[in-house]
Amino acid sequence: MNFDFSDDQKQQLRDQARKFLGEKCPPKAVRVVLDGKSPYDKELWKGLAEMGFLGVAIPEEFGGAGAGHLELCVIAEEMGRANAPVPFSSTVYLAAEALLIAGSEAQKTKWLPAIASGEAIGTLALFEGTGNPSPKNIKLTASNGLLNGVKKPVPDGAIADFAILAARTGSSGRDSDISLFLVDLKAGGVEAKSLTNLDPTRGQAELTFKNCKAEPLGAAGEGWSILTQVLDRAAVLMAFEQVGGADRALEMGRDYALDRIAFGRPIGSFQAIKHMLADMYVSATLARSNSYYGAWALSTNAAELPEAAAAARISATQAFQHCAKNNIQVHGGMGFTWEFDCHMYYRRANVLALGLGSLSYWEDQLIDRMRKKNAA
Amino acid sequence: MNFDDTPQEAAFRATARAWIAANAPKQHEDELRKSSLGRTQLKNANILDVAKAWQKKKADAGWACLHWPKDYGGRGASPIERVIWQQEEGVFGKLSAMFIIGHGMCGPTMMAFAREEHKRKYLPPLASGEKVWCQLFSEPAGGSDVAGLRTRAEKDGDDWVINGQKIWTSGAHYSDYGILLTRTDPNVPKHKGLTMFFLDMKSRGVEVRPIKQANGNSDFNEVYFTNVRIPDHQRLGEVNDGWNVSLTTLMNERMSIGAGVATGFPELFDYCSSLMLDGGPAIEDRSVRSKLANYAVKASGLKYTSMRAISALSRGERPGPENSIGKLVAGSMIQEVAMYALDLQGAAGVVSGPEDAEVAGRFQAMLLRAPGTRVEGGTDEIMRNIIAERVLGLPGDIRVDKDVPFNKIPTKGR
Ligand SMILES: Cc1cc2nc3c(=O)[nH]c(=O)nc-3n(C[C@H](O)[C@H](O)[C@H](O)COP(=O)(O)OP(=O)(O)OC[C@H]3O[C@@H](n4cnc5c(N)ncnc54)[C@H](O)[C@@H]3O)c2cc1C
Ligand SMILES: Cc1cc2nc3c(=O)[nH]c(=O)nc-3n(C[C@H](O)[C@H](O)[C@H](O)COP(=O)(O)OP(=O)(O)OC[C@H]3O[C@@H](n4cnc5c(N)ncnc54)[C@H](O)[C@@H]3O)c2cc1C
Repeated sequence: MNFDFSDDQKQQLRDQARKFLGEKCPPKAVRVVLDGKSPYDKELWKGLAEMGFLGVAIPEEFGGAGAGHLELCVIAEEMGRANAPVPFSSTVYLAAEALLIAGSEAQKTKWLPAIASGEAIGTLALFEGTGNPSPKNIKLTASNGLLNGVKKPVPDGAIADFAILAARTGSSGRDSDISLFLVDLKAGGVEAKSLTNLDPTRGQAELTFKNCKAEPLGAAGEGWSILTQVLDRAAVLMAFEQVGGADRALEMGRDYALDRIAFGRPIGSFQAIKHMLADMYVSATLARSNSYYGAWALSTNAAELPEAAAAARISATQAFQHCAKNNIQVHGGMGFTWEFDCHMYYRRANVLALGLGSLSYWEDQLIDRMRKKNAA
Repeated sequence: MNFDDTPQEAAFRATARAWIAANAPKQHEDELRKSSLGRTQLKNANILDVAKAWQKKKADAGWACLHWPKDYGGRGASPIERVIWQQEEGVFGKLSAMFIIGHGMCGPTMMAFAREEHKRKYLPPLASGEKVWCQLFSEPAGGSDVAGLRTRAEKDGDDWVINGQKIWTSGAHYSDYGILLTRTDPNVPKHKGLTMFFLDMKSRGVEVRPIKQANGNSDFNEVYFTNVRIPDHQRLGEVNDGWNVSLTTLMNERMSIGAGVATGFPELFDYCSSLMLDGGPAIEDRSVRSKLANYAVKASGLKYTSMRAISALSRGERPGPENSIGKLVAGSMIQEVAMYALDLQGAAGVVSGPEDAEVAGRFQAMLLRAPGTRVEGGTDEIMRNIIAERVLGLPGDIRVDKDVPFNKIPTKGR
């Protein structure tokens, strides 16, 4: 038993990723995207591909490094710390994982190497307006390989090359009405419209499908079960991104508290501030520990994965939101300015909190899964 | 990262499991399972006797204080083996409650500071539960501010003469020995004039008076010292270096109370699975699920945080201040869990008698015990200070008494 990322290799990878992102993704670079001057950081994306980070968990036969999911967790955490303005989560956690789980040999051969090399951006088009992941909320139809309907919001939908989406293929009222499809977004039949969103450093779009050609991904009627697996895997990976963000927000708050003088003392000497930062540390630590468990379950494909993923997701969502909002509070009036970076983490925290289904959805999932385990 | 046992760990687990199956006091298993914070009593037996008997049996077979050296009554086991043992011991581990202070704090302090002959004499019977130890730190004037204590120790020949009063001393009424922090020099700033000893609680001049707690139990005491004589060879550490000695104790305290503190979550989850609410199981109610999920991730977060700490320990790292989070999180959580369980019971929640109350009144017992958890072993506020200062590196609180001789520090707030 060993419950830590203590392996030298992973430490090295972490240091390498942190150094790289520190150089290539300083807040200044994030702001270029935040201010709308670019839809994402193309240079950074290219650099990530060159470092091998995009394909870290993609098998070598498909152009990746084949290192595994623990390594991907390490990278995800660093992406979160740096608040990287690239379509990493949609491409790597969602699209690539869906391909790995359910893609045909041909689909994997076509898309996975393109993901690893940074040539293709992918996404998962799940939502259709308000509501959480549920077969009931899927109205977009597929018949004879043609899609009709609207998906929104789709993360990175306006810049993606391909999308994986769930469509209705039956009317029995069961989960088996849902099938997954892969759509080449550059092939026509899809209209993409960028949506103004809480966090411009990760774009959102509305995708309208009109008799759009699509190829099935996985077996017909298996869509919902595949999707559930994809979401669980993405939940763990996203949790690391959130833990990274939470840690960075805590660090920013700590640093400011040490520098800023009020009433003749550093504000970090006031207990109200110290205790707020201590509570931030507590929530970030609990989230990290839950995420480690999720990472273990993900990397070993353990039977505990569904429960572990939900716990990691909830804990990390809470932690990032908690740390991001209190980081602004510690910064006082400065924290509420555009110029300070606090709001970038606040935005990202709240967007990540919703993107895979909201907190209440995952709470429901967690208890369901715990009940099933107890009943078994 | 790996959760599976290595072959050696698996073998250790199998041996432990077999031994426990053959030896544990199974007649008490059900009652122990149903007991929870604030209510660990056995109906037809004296729990102290049962606990001592189990501890002795473990010690004789080499299962007591696993991580202690063999010479001192332990097994020289690794941190991971200790965890495996705890997992296997399960509900019978609840019987160790009365030894926590002795095993978790007094023992390690003795190990670090006592003379070799004392270690060999006192530690094995402490490990085996034959002798129970208590920790005499807190005083009316020195709780969070431990160094504010006033109990005096004055040198007289080869002895020290102790006068003063301790308070909140858990288990003093059934303890055989205690570690005692005293003031030996009131003319220097408070941290610089303390000295630590261990003593026989049966010494002449020691008087133990049980205190009735807010929950009605009497687990802690006042202890009065009138001209109690302690031989100098029972001093732990140097004269006036007691603060450093006590830091060792407190560091170990963090590790032993920080890990595995009760959160109330498993009890709440079970309860919500069976409780019927508006015609359906409570666990199917949306708001109940949301609450449960929030408690679940705190409980699992604590569990995996302590496993991370153990992984660090087994790499040879020392338990750091980050271990303060266990008690901080669990303390307020168990209080909230208890309040929530009673809220689900509605008006029936007011009934607390084990015969008549819902689930034998376990949540009512938790509710009444929980305030103590947030105070004992360092209050929530002190835990937050520790995290802020030692982990995050924020400035220490402004201390107006730091450089003032102890006898010049004001004693009244207004
Ligand atoms: C939207 C907005 C509108 C504003 N409009 C006006 C305006 O019209 N006119 C104007 O004059 N000002 C205005 N302000 C400024 C506002 O009054 C200050 O931001 C506020 O008083 C806090 O001061 P600060 O920003 O310097 O934060 P700081 O004083 O640096 O505080 C930073 C952090 O330290 C904490 N802290 C500071 N001192 C202590 C202490 N003694 N104990 C415990 N914690 C402490 C604070 O609570 C905060 O969390 C505005 C601010 C905002 C955000
Ligand atoms: C059930 C129980 C068992 C115990 N067992 C033992 C035992 O076996 N041996 C032993 O020696 N002691 C024992 N104690 C005593 C315990 O260690 C003290 O109660 C505790 O350290 C708090 O001290 P106090 O009660 O004097 O509270 P105080 O120190 O008077 O604190 C009162 C309030 O002020 C706050 N406060 C104090 N200082 C600060 C600060 N610097 N910053 C912010 N807030 C502050 C506290 O957080 C608290 O809310 C036990 C206590 C309990 C409740």
